Amino acid sequence: MLLNQFLMLSAFLFCTGIYGVLTRKHTVLVLMSIELMLAAVNINLVAFGAFHNSVIGQVFALFVLTIAAAEVGVGLAIVLLIYRNSHSADLDDAHALKG
Amino acid sequence: MFFLDHAWLVPLIPAVSFVVILFFGKRFPQKGSEVGTVAVGASFLLACGTLVQWIKRVQDADHAHGVGAAIGALGRSVGRLGAEGTAAQVAPVVHHLTWFQNAGVRLTVGVQIDGLASIVMFVVTLVSLLVHVYSMEYMRGDRRYTHFYAALSLFTASMLLLVVADNTLQLLVGWELVGLCSFMLIGHWWEEKPNSDAALKAFLTTRTGDIGLLIGVVMTYWLVDRATGGHGSFNILAVNQAASSSKVGHTLVMWTALALLLAIIGKSGQFPLHTWLPDAMAGPTPVSALIHAATMVVAGVYMGARLYPVFWHGLSIGTPGHGGLNAMALIGGITVIIGAALAFVQDDIKKVLAYSTISQLGYMVMALGVGAWTAAVFHLFTHAFFKADLFLGAGSVSHSGSHHSFDMKKDMGGLKKYMPKTYATFVIGSLALAGIFPLAGFWSKDEILVNAGHNGYQAFVVVGLVGAFMTAAYMTRCVYLTFHGEYRGSVEHELAEVHEAEVFAEGDELIEHHLAEEQDSFVPGFGPHAAAAHGDDGHGHGPHESNGFITMPLFVLSFFAVFAGFINAPGVEKFEKWFQPRVAFVDVSTAKFSVILATISVLIALAGIGVGYAYYWLGAGPQRLTDRNPLARSLKHFLVMKYYLDVLYTDIIVGSLKGAIADGVYWVNQHVIDNVLNYAGRGAIGVGRFTYEYIDQRGVDGLVNGLANVTGEAGGEVRRVQTGRLQFYALILVLAVGLFALALWIFT
Repeated sequence: MLLNQFLMLSAFLFCTGIYGVLTRKHTVLVLMSIELMLAAVNINLVAFGAFHNSVIGQVFALFVLTIAAAEVGVGLAIVLLIYRNSHSADLDDAHALKG
Repeated sequence: MFFLDHAWLVPLIPAVSFVVILFFGKRFPQKGSEVGTVAVGASFLLACGTLVQWIKRVQDADHAHGVGAAIGALGRSVGRLGAEGTAAQVAPVVHHLTWFQNAGVRLTVGVQIDGLASIVMFVVTLVSLLVHVYSMEYMRGDRRYTHFYAALSLFTASMLLLVVADNTLQLLVGWELVGLCSFMLIGHWWEEKPNSDAALKAFLTTRTGDIGLLIGVVMTYWLVDRATGGHGSFNILAVNQAASSSKVGHTLVMWTALALLLAIIGKSGQFPLHTWLPDAMAGPTPVSALIHAATMVVAGVYMGARLYPVFWHGLSIGTPGHGGLNAMALIGGITVIIGAALAFVQDDIKKVLAYSTISQLGYMVMALGVGAWTAAVFHLFTHAFFKADLFLGAGSVSHSGSHHSFDMKKDMGGLKKYMPKTYATFVIGSLALAGIFPLAGFWSKDEILVNAGHNGYQAFVVVGLVGAFMTAAYMTRCVYLTFHGEYRGSVEHELAEVHEAEVFAEGDELIEHHLAEEQDSFVPGFGPHAAAAHGDDGHGHGPHESNGFITMPLFVLSFFAVFAGFINAPGVEKFEKWFQPRVAFVDVSTAKFSVILATISVLIALAGIGVGYAYYWLGAGPQRLTDRNPLARSLKHFLVMKYYLDVLYTDIIVGSLKGAIADGVYWVNQHVIDNVLNYAGRGAIGVGRFTYEYIDQRGVDGLVNGLANVTGEAGGEVRRVQTGRLQFYALILVLAVGLFALALWIFT
């Protein structure tokens, strides 16, 4: 079983996601990067599930997909509201929580 | 047996109703009266269920026992009524919880339902329900209407708590609570000094007797302790068993019985502590009917019946020696006569009834004293109905006939034609009280007399017959003065009432004229508020019949006054079978109905009525004897002064003690308490100053300020991290996870 290859793919995707989250300025891109990270996690789950001959991994993956969909829904709604209020979808402009 | 097992609901429902009325009563459309009435109605239904199920329990047990006895061996004992085979042991239904535990002594609170409890529960809830209904009209517009109903609920709950009590301690609690309610309700119109004085007098006089109860209750514990060898208990069944036990010395039982007898004397208005009961008439009339005729005053008799073995053995009731005398019968017998004698010289209709109640309570105590347990409880049962009937009738008269006066000579007379319903029920009550065949009072009074004779107390048969004669005569006088002859109340009262209600009618001149005459006329027991309350219900002028709220209870009570006695008529005789305890009880023997004695007592009662009729009605006999004969005059004066007992109590005993105690207390106050207080005050000031300067200003304030500063500084430093930049937070997150991963990798 080629577990290693799957893990490396997932690690690559995860790192890409993190890089996107930390560096992109546009909020929608950040959200997309988060989706990448979640996809990486899903690949891990399915891979380990197949490796252990268990369906639990796939079940978890399905749950994660559902939650990801919900999270994107909420996230995009927030982005839309921020854009309406400040006419900008730039993350650096959304710093109202500065202490 | 739902009702027998859930009898604890009966006192609980009025208790809940008390709380509801007290806190939310005024928000209800009827100011809380409907809450109390519904609650007592529910209690009444439960009590009826309990009574029916108890009777069924007795019947079933007797039936099973009868069958068993027939099948069983010949030599087998079938009990006291062996010939009929109907003396099964029927145990009371007892349920209790642990109240508290201390040093191995477990005190319980619970219910003991037997025949006595269920019949008294029935009486209490029925009379209370009727009084609730009656008061809706009688007390309408009263300034403390809601509180009146709250107190009625509390009273009903306390009385029922006393009745169902399975231990003497709980009985004591209920006993004191009914005393408190009595105090509250006698003083319901406390704005007037005589009313609050009467309430205090009732409270303090019964309290004198309660000392006896307190001692007696403690002694019941030791009775059980002796009998069981160290397992003391207040449980009533255990106490009754212990009283019969051979391990307990007679002296202990005797002193217990005497202490409890003192309690009965105080609560049930027995000589010489009866003086509070007539004064208690200052309360509203429904209260007099409920508390001071039907229920609370019989609490003493009830307690005597409940703990009967203690009295039986302590006072040697079963074995009368020296012509048949014991303390209990003697007290009862004296009370019968002196109460009846005082009823002749009263002009206030409620006081006539109050002294009559004293006299009838005397009958009950006397019956207990001569070993006639069933007769005493039976008389308690019938008396509750006809005396409540009479009191409510008197209330009806004052409410609608005599402008809130209770003075028979001044404001009544000739009311028969105005108030036919009240008249009819009052006469029925009077005849029942006088013991005329076949009304309720006849059966119970006759049973007392026949049993007194049967048990060897001949002297008390004579006392009972004399009492019956006097009862019949004074009730004739009362009925005559109230309902017959010419109406003596006048329009003046009506006008004065209008004035007091501050509703000025037309024709001021006339009012002024009558008011001048009315200046010194005092209306006993009632004040302006009562008149004001009456003024706004807008009824017509002059005497008239009361409305349905008042007459309906009268009808119900007179129904019972007529028919309640048949339960123990010859040929029926269910009262003993159903209600006399068969467990932990004494071997009282009940006499058969005696036609001769019954005839004599009815003839004597009729003679009493005849003499009363001749003297008061027709004016025959030596009228105005008291004006001519100095002996008769001084005798009457002696009666009017109520045997000088009040003078003895308030002037001699209280007066002599009051000064000495006051002086002593004053000295202690000046020399001991003041000094202690002064030193304590100075010490407290010093301690306070030290606390302020050192502990508060320096210690506590410093600590609090320091804490606040540290928190502020730390916050200032930490807030720099909060940049508000999302990606900075994410970076920290990633770094932290990386750090943890590194740590995990290194350390594993």
